[in-house]
Amino acid sequence: MMLKMEGVHAHYGHIHALRGIDVEVQVGEIVTLIGANGAGKSTLMMSLFGNPKASAGRIVFDGEDITRVHTHEIARRGIALVPEGRRIFPRMTVVENLQMGTAHADPANYDADTARVFAMFPILQERQSQRAGTLSGGEQQMLAIGRALMSRPKLLLLDEPSLGLAPIYIRRIFQIVKELNRDHGMTILLVEQNANQALRVAHRGYVLQHGEITLAGTGAELLASPEVRAAYLEGGHA
Amino acid sequence: MSAVVFARHAMTPAERLRDASWVAFVGLILGIPLIGLTTVDVGGKLAIETRFGLLAAAVVAVFFGRLLLRWAVDQARNRKLDRDRASTATAADRARGTQKLVSVLGWLALGASIALPIAFSDNRYVVDTATTVLIYVMLGWGLNVVVGLAGLLDLGYVAFYAVGAYSYALLSTQFGWSFWEALPVSGAIAASFGILLGYPILRLRGDYLAIVTLGFGEIIRIILVNWTELSGGPNGIGSIPRPSFFGLEFTRSAPEGQQTFADFFGLEFSAMHRLIFLYYLILVLALLTNLFVSRLRKLPVGRAWEALREDEIACQAMGMNTTNIKLSAFAIGAMLGGFAGVFFAARQGFISPESFVFTESAIVLAIVVLGGMGSQMGVVLAATLLVLIPEFGRNFSEYRMLLFGLAMVLIMVWRPGGLLAHREPTLRLNPLVQDAGAKEAA
Repeated sequence: MMLKMEGVHAHYGHIHALRGIDVEVQVGEIVTLIGANGAGKSTLMMSLFGNPKASAGRIVFDGEDITRVHTHEIARRGIALVPEGRRIFPRMTVVENLQMGTAHADPANYDADTARVFAMFPILQERQSQRAGTLSGGEQQMLAIGRALMSRPKLLLLDEPSLGLAPIYIRRIFQIVKELNRDHGMTILLVEQNANQALRVAHRGYVLQHGEITLAGTGAELLASPEVRAAYLEGGHA
Repeated sequence: MSAVVFARHAMTPAERLRDASWVAFVGLILGIPLIGLTTVDVGGKLAIETRFGLLAAAVVAVFFGRLLLRWAVDQARNRKLDRDRASTATAADRARGTQKLVSVLGWLALGASIALPIAFSDNRYVVDTATTVLIYVMLGWGLNVVVGLAGLLDLGYVAFYAVGAYSYALLSTQFGWSFWEALPVSGAIAASFGILLGYPILRLRGDYLAIVTLGFGEIIRIILVNWTELSGGPNGIGSIPRPSFFGLEFTRSAPEGQQTFADFFGLEFSAMHRLIFLYYLILVLALLTNLFVSRLRKLPVGRAWEALREDEIACQAMGMNTTNIKLSAFAIGAMLGGFAGVFFAARQGFISPESFVFTESAIVLAIVVLGGMGSQMGVVLAATLLVLIPEFGRNFSEYRMLLFGLAMVLIMVWRPGGLLAHREPTLRLNPLVQDAGAKEAA
């Protein structure tokens, strides 16, 4: 078991954003979390990261309870977050951005990890000394993923990686997610609004509504379920 | 249609004439009360007199001035377009060019600053002003850590300058500490004030942070004014000992059993010796500051500051402890400000709360912003400009601050990112990795 959330509640001030979430991620799985705007997807991601802290419930990562652990400590235990909206460091170069991903990693691996990221995303190597803010949206997303991989995480969290990208990049990003899992054995928790694509790459999925999990199942089951089809697929993005 | 044409394309002669006529017309309207009418004293009474000749001359000058200005702007724009089209230089090449220019400029500035007191060894005014410039350069470099690198807007930086100055003043007058003993201790006291300020405002950013730091600066000043037993209140602290040259005093006659600087080197006593010594002292302090900050920038802590400026959430997601990053930035910035304060107190020999008003914070912040956030050379340029403009402006008496404001507005119009906005990357890739990456990709 890589990650287990049990009855997690979270609040933003008076807003009760998560109401008893149970989510499990097994080693080597891609798990996706779909839901409409404001359903609490990003809150779930952030409270997993301790910001805001869960007000009730338990979060266990890799056998350790991380419910009360500081945000920066959680990252050090092997969870890497690719935040919503990419959040690269725009005035720093591509290489410097990648280096920031290793803030708590073993410096001995730095060269090998950079080479690995460049092999995965050759465009980043071409642009290595460019300021990250001058990259296109899709390139920035690749940089954000590359930066997260630099710390050799056990669990990779992707928060809406397809947000605001051109269709060609959206396809590429989902392809990357699949490759990371298949070729590198990366365990991935993927939050998406693009339900169709997300459920296709995921082994399992959860549907989040108003801060509660309303449906759970394998990717194929959810894709076929009438509720999901009605709410997220038909008339939505194909 | 807008009367005054801001044409993107080159203007036709008719457009130029119309544009200039409109500007001249506006000049005429404004000029009637400003130039056309004047009050004169006629036998103890005020009377109005007209000066339409002068007004006409002014309007004509505005008309032709506007024609010339538009023409010059168009010329400059065309030349730039041509150059852009012709040049095949990439962004990277241009960045390298800027980098080279900055480093050449840096060495020139260093050479000039070492030679300055030799060239002007009998000009008290020049050496004194140059010392002031260097104090601001040092303050700018200190604040650059907080504002330029870590992106934490601090409007109360003068507080640390004051803490450093008062620490030295008290340590030396009350406990007889020498300059060199008091310098590190005062720096440490200023740094602890930095942490003291940093702790309660860890969660604040942007405007809110600015307001609290502004308040902190005022609190320190008001304490200094009111805590008379400690700080002497508004009267300040006087007769602060001057730094000596390895124990040699810069006085006309030495106390018993000691030698003065002039005696020791067999020179004739001159008050300039001390000024030149002080100048070199602040030059060394400033250079050490620069070296220290440039080194820090290349270390993980420096990159963490810059990452914090760029995106705090991303920093946390990377596993960085933002609390420590912020506190270290505040502490180091405060320490450098404290050092500058120690030097200030030692140079003046007298300090009072009047030297540590908000205007000082504003000027130091202006130096950092005008210089280009995070740019070390930019701080030097901006500090030189901001100290020298009011000095040159002395002849303009009451218009001096107007000139100062105008210069600041113009800098921001022409160089919105600061004089030297270019940021030097602190990390380059190991060439081996390039090959490895290429091989793996192939």
